[in-house]
Amino acid sequence: MEHVVFAASAIIVLTGALGVILAKNPVHSALMLVMTLFGIAVLFVQQEAHFLAAVQVIVYAGAIVVLFLFVIMLLGVDKVESWETGPLSGQRYVTGAIAVIAIAMAGLLTARAVDVSRGAQSGIAPLDGPDANIVAVGKALFTDYVFAFELTGVLLVVAVIGAVVLARRPKRVEVDTEVEG
Amino acid sequence: MVDDNLYLLLSAVLFTIGAAGLLIRRNPLVMFMCVELMLNAVNLTFVTFSRSLNDIGGQVIVFFVLVVAAAEVVVGLGIIVAIMRRRPGATADDVSLLRG
Repeated sequence: MEHVVFAASAIIVLTGALGVILAKNPVHSALMLVMTLFGIAVLFVQQEAHFLAAVQVIVYAGAIVVLFLFVIMLLGVDKVESWETGPLSGQRYVTGAIAVIAIAMAGLLTARAVDVSRGAQSGIAPLDGPDANIVAVGKALFTDYVFAFELTGVLLVVAVIGAVVLARRPKRVEVDTEVEG
Repeated sequence: MVDDNLYLLLSAVLFTIGAAGLLIRRNPLVMFMCVELMLNAVNLTFVTFSRSLNDIGGQVIVFFVLVVAAAEVVVGLGIIVAIMRRRPGATADDVSLLRG
């Protein structure tokens, strides 16, 4: 059963990812991105990261993709990208070849069953402790990682201020100079 | 129990698709979506190792990656909107004013 769920979500994730980079229309890319994000959320649930699965759906699919769609609508979607033109048209083929080689190498490593995920088990904050997943994440977040959490708040404030500054129209400076002159 | 290596393989493939898309596409919005794909691949790796090594720290770091991704999207889309306002329909190739 687990393998069926994994296979289905893997197909969904990879189809969505290929759709993102191959769709000519940016709106289609954004919708394919939602598909990929839902597939990843399913994989999170399967790995018992329930809190992250919920956050993945709410923050990524609910906020980030909607922001993408807003910007696409704001800028207009009538311009369809041409694949052949551009100063670096050869770059596309080289990139495609390198990507195929990289995927083939990763597949080869998996097929040879190279055990890459072997390491020391953690004794500090075990995943299978007595607490539920959300409780465990919360405890770790507000004890071991509390300074990083505070810095996250600073980062978000800086990002919000930066977005407001960037989104302002620059005409206001001209108006000011006219008033002074 | 699905083998951890399969999750890591899926994550590697997803990261490769994202990186390839970043290099292939010229629309700045789609390039941003490819960055999101790569971030998601890394998140999947973190969660896989978190389960494999029995450590909650991996999941906490995924939380931080989510926050950084949100901040990055907000600022990045602000920059794209500012560029598009000045030059409508610009692609990543058109923004080459600082090229030497």
